[in-house]
Amino acid sequence: MTDFKLDNNYKAIVIGGSAGSFQGIDRILSNLPDNFPLPIIMCLHRLKHVRNGFVEALSIKSTMEIVEPYDKQPIKKGKVYLAPSNYHMSTELGNYFSLSTEDMINNSRPAIDITLGSAAYVYRNKLIGILLSGANRDGGLGMKHIKDKGGMTIVQEPSECMIDTKPKAALNLTTIDHVLKIDEIVMFFKQLHKQYK
Amino acid sequence: MKEIDIADLKKITEVVKSKYKYDFTNYAMSSFKRRVSRILEMNSMTIESLMRKLNEPSFLDDFLNEITVNVTEMFRDPSFWRVLRDDIIPGILLNHQKIRIWHAGCSSGEEVFSMAIMLKEMDLLDNATLIATDLDTSILERARKGEYNLKNMELNEKNYIRYQGVSNLKDYYKEVNGKAVMDRSLVENVSFRKHDLVNGEVFNKFDLVLCRNVMIYFNQTLQNEVLKKFHESLFKYGYLAIGSKESLIWCDIANKFIVVNNEEKIYKKIKD
Repeated sequence: MTDFKLDNNYKAIVIGGSAGSFQGIDRILSNLPDNFPLPIIMCLHRLKHVRNGFVEALSIKSTMEIVEPYDKQPIKKGKVYLAPSNYHMSTELGNYFSLSTEDMINNSRPAIDITLGSAAYVYRNKLIGILLSGANRDGGLGMKHIKDKGGMTIVQEPSECMIDTKPKAALNLTTIDHVLKIDEIVMFFKQLHKQYK
Repeated sequence: MKEIDIADLKKITEVVKSKYKYDFTNYAMSSFKRRVSRILEMNSMTIESLMRKLNEPSFLDDFLNEITVNVTEMFRDPSFWRVLRDDIIPGILLNHQKIRIWHAGCSSGEEVFSMAIMLKEMDLLDNATLIATDLDTSILERARKGEYNLKNMELNEKNYIRYQGVSNLKDYYKEVNGKAVMDRSLVENVSFRKHDLVNGEVFNKFDLVLCRNVMIYFNQTLQNEVLKKFHESLFKYGYLAIGSKESLIWCDIANKFIVVNNEEKIYKKIKD
């Protein structure tokens, strides 16, 4: 088993994905160890006019509670946050979310670059960014911001992706610390959890 | 490009505040920063050149227009408009014959036209007084004109169909030179006014205040101040509608309102 050489200084995990990432996300969330010590902030591309149902679908198997945050909702450890449909979701200094309806980026709202970039700004080198399968390059730039601030970067192994545009965009733009299959990401979460015991 | 830091943003807000009395100090940081960086990119400017430019009063309108977010849709969240039509407006009519509505932060006017269409289809347009405000004069001008890109009408029409209006959105506009020009009679009685939620005074009493996806650009401190003004601007038992992902939970004034519809975030003032 890979040793990821982790410590317990991380404050948050941020995950981006779109087409073909649902099953991977589902597997990660259903295998999270109990009392996982960090907030998990997710931005997944989704239908703009369907407000409900996504949280419910992901919640069926998830071991952690999944919430679509309201504007200015505080970020707490042990919760999974999902960017709501038709809003961009940013983290703010002071550890809360803010939402916005700014223009779409790469045809996306929520845009992964916004969620990842703002989290990089707030959590700096205490952030882990994970970019999964997806059909456009949204998320690549966000991963670069995370790396530039000293955070850890992980992408899904392109050969395992239904569409590998996202991970490849990130690999082209910045240094990626780990290129992992979903099963390895599950292992990564377990190793990380052990650091906080 | 060099990343904008908090000190840069502070310099900008200070100059705008001292010179023009607009106060962006308590705007939500992440979106404000993105707006500033967008202005820099669009004009190929540095922070320093933006600061210089801000000393020219003629640049202020452009600045206000770009710093505020003007992305909106007609009948955004169709289910919200159904609740308005089926529950809220009939509720107001129990107490008042005339309906007084304030669109706070009306941007390019899509929400105002949606309201006018809804009221017209309910045969209530003549019973309603609508006031639509924004701090950005150029966007108010666009709202007054009611001309939209045809490209945007696709989404607006989809929303209208989901709203289940009695007609067809096409009945309310004409295509002229590649633009959708809205039927002027819809907004004949709408008063479009310049008003800044941050510094502006309370100016009237209303049965319904709509401020959807506007306060998301403010921090909690400013949200509290603005909500106080909305509270003052409402008749007792008047309604406040905010965006579907906004909440009064963290606000000082929450106990003076009750939730009427949690899914659509419609509140009712119950205490003065």
